[in-house]
Amino acid sequence: MTEELFIQGNEACAKGALKAGCRLFAGYPITPSTEVAETLAKELPKVGGSFIQMEDEIASAGAIIGSSWGGTKSMTATSGPGFSLMQENIGYAFITETPIVIVDVQRGSPSTGQPTMAAQGDIMQARWGSHGDYEPIVLSPSSVQEYFDFTVRAFNLAEKYRTPVFVMSDEVVGHMREKVIIRDDLEIIPRVKPESSENYLPFRNVKNGTNPMPAFGQGFDIHVTGLTHDERGYPDTDDPKTHETLVKRICDKILNNKDDICDIVAEDTENADIVVISYGAPVRSMITAVKNAQAEGKKVGYIKINTPWPFPDEQIYELTKSASDVIVIEMNLGQLYYEIDRVVKCHANTHLIDKIGGLLPTPNEILAKIEDVGGN
Amino acid sequence: MEQESPNKFLPYMRKDRLPHIFCTGCGNGTIISAFLKGMQKAEMDFENIAMVSGIGCSSRIPGYMECDSLHTTHGRALSFATGLKVSNPDLDVVVFSGDGDAASIGGNHLIHAARKNIDLTVICINNNIYGMTGGQISPTSPKGSIGTTAPYGTDDYPFKLAELVAAAGATYSARWTTVQIDNLVGSIKKALKNPGFSFVEVASQCPTYFGRKNKLRTPTAMAVTMKMNTVFKSEADRMREKDLEGKIIVGEFADKQRPDYTDNIQKLSEAKSGGKTLRYSAYMDDI
Amino acid sequence: MRREIRIGGFGGQGILMAGVIIGKAASLFDNNEAVQTQSYGPEARGGASKCEVVISDHEIDYPKVQNLDIFVAMSNEALIKYIGDLRDNGTLIVDPGTTDIEDVRDHIEAHNITVFEAPAGKIAAEDIGLLIVANIVMVGAITKFTEIITPDAAKEAILDSVPPGTEDKNIAAFEAGYSL
Repeated sequence: MTEELFIQGNEACAKGALKAGCRLFAGYPITPSTEVAETLAKELPKVGGSFIQMEDEIASAGAIIGSSWGGTKSMTATSGPGFSLMQENIGYAFITETPIVIVDVQRGSPSTGQPTMAAQGDIMQARWGSHGDYEPIVLSPSSVQEYFDFTVRAFNLAEKYRTPVFVMSDEVVGHMREKVIIRDDLEIIPRVKPESSENYLPFRNVKNGTNPMPAFGQGFDIHVTGLTHDERGYPDTDDPKTHETLVKRICDKILNNKDDICDIVAEDTENADIVVISYGAPVRSMITAVKNAQAEGKKVGYIKINTPWPFPDEQIYELTKSASDVIVIEMNLGQLYYEIDRVVKCHANTHLIDKIGGLLPTPNEILAKIEDVGGN
Repeated sequence: MEQESPNKFLPYMRKDRLPHIFCTGCGNGTIISAFLKGMQKAEMDFENIAMVSGIGCSSRIPGYMECDSLHTTHGRALSFATGLKVSNPDLDVVVFSGDGDAASIGGNHLIHAARKNIDLTVICINNNIYGMTGGQISPTSPKGSIGTTAPYGTDDYPFKLAELVAAAGATYSARWTTVQIDNLVGSIKKALKNPGFSFVEVASQCPTYFGRKNKLRTPTAMAVTMKMNTVFKSEADRMREKDLEGKIIVGEFADKQRPDYTDNIQKLSEAKSGGKTLRYSAYMDDI
Repeated sequence: MRREIRIGGFGGQGILMAGVIIGKAASLFDNNEAVQTQSYGPEARGGASKCEVVISDHEIDYPKVQNLDIFVAMSNEALIKYIGDLRDNGTLIVDPGTTDIEDVRDHIEAHNITVFEAPAGKIAAEDIGLLIVANIVMVGAITKFTEIITPDAAKEAILDSVPPGTEDKNIAAFEAGYSL
């Protein structure tokens, strides 16, 4: 039965998780993410799941990784300060290829910053927050419906590629209420159990990069370690080849599947003089501003990046080809801007609207920039 | 088994991972044997045991055991173990840890796991030093002992782990040394059977670092010193604090019953869902 | 057409609930689009509170107030603080029991603002016997004066939002506000 609800973004996220098969949440209270935990504390027991409140965010990340190896789809939700604490265990999840979903409802930062105000200052932390080489999948919703849909997709991608996935929302999308349509026929990707424990290698150097994953207690007697490991999962820390093979496979399984993972929306970019690019909540302001600029006769289009990571560089390159100017809108002082600049600077000038302080950039602020830039 | 094993515990080991990395004279081997003996005495099904550990010499033990094993980040083993246990309450989850891992970087997780009384069995191998990183002082190093980060001897006051964990709410807590095998095996058996948070601290020797730095050059010298310094809890209860300085108090510090965390969560879930379970739910396509 | 409404008051008046009901009525029962947002302060209780709803028959991109059409003031502090955001020829609804319209009389006249008085607190306390439903009385008044949502949708949204067992009192509160 399709359900229609008028709910907060964070509640929609929790409902998406339940729909995707999440049956364990471990977390620590932090504004502005608490509604995700509160909704799941109430709803998880009703579907046979478990909610655990941990002593801190380090433990929360540890608990969901442990739970995932127990055979349960698992998640946590936090905000910047907690996301910082989770980084070490996030690296562990990457090297052990553990499917988990982490939601970061971004707030003003650095440090304790602005707990009740919106920001996008963690978008590079999602990319590089833990030490070492890895390729995260990051989804960035700009509406309550997308917050639901992207949470479902986050679980599906986590299972499909045996990897952590981040949903990077913010205080605006987390707290606003809109209609959400919860369809019954959503695609849910279950975990794949290896066919037999005989000759099974949990970290085999397979061509597509992703191995099936057994749970503890299923008789596979596997060893999982954060040390560089061979195909059996055994530590092998001094053979350069082992490390290179492992880390390259973990990165390549994402990079070689960008066509499947990357998701962007482009409107009126062909023949546009100016292309405006954003992700997450500011997309809402961007679309209003672009429509207003078009009404003034300007040749303006926009790109909405739903997956900041892996960065959709080829699409952005192609879609901005006609433009002389590209305007990037972020609620930080310029983070994804440099990535976009890297891709488009051979054919366009890049400009940044860097809005910090907690409020969405207004359509008028963006329109003023479009007029200022002019195009061609 | 195809042939008579030279060691009765070898069938529990990952033979393709041997030899191990532990130094000659290290207490880890003795403790592995004591654990397996305690497990047999408790009539536990080894197939049902999952091991979790953090970082350090003692945390390498699960990697040598032929069971599901999760070798996690430094100090965080108990949080991973908590998630694993709640995710699959049928597993018997055992955590191997050291003094630096459990009491320094992981101290907060330790007291909270004890407070929750989650049904885990923790074997904490306390050798009073960071062995894997080369002999630095740990939060259990005795006052005056030498480490590479305390070249003039530490002035810090050491944690008493078994007492700390008992005070935090564990339902079973004990301390023995590697020279009191029968007591240790008995406590491991009790810990495994206890339906709640169980903590067995084992005072152990690190001849390579603690011994060399502190004029106890051979494993035998360390064992003798450890034995000499051991005081039973019943006796210690009658002694003055001043006289107990530098002593290893052995015995049980908690042995009681209180509802277990996993059980509480499961009961709530069963009551609210009408008997549904999360066990292996990740593999279901019609959840 | 896009219409923007802000309800301002202090914490504990049920301002958020009033906004949620309006948004829910518009989006689920009137088949319009609606976005509800609110401002969060650090206070757990008390303090100034505001809640905004944008309603449109088209998809709503920018979710916040740009050009405030309707301002509902349930405290004098909110009235003074937010009156300047109301557009020329906009609509102001005040509870005379908690606001003093004279404080903003000059502004109202200068900007040709239409004013409605809805004694929500008094009606809730005296007619319904439950001061806590003043916010629902105000939803009734908003529905009547602005037609931003239909009365049927408003009642469905109220029934969908209030705690079980309180439906009758809340519907009575709505009707009292709607009959102003």
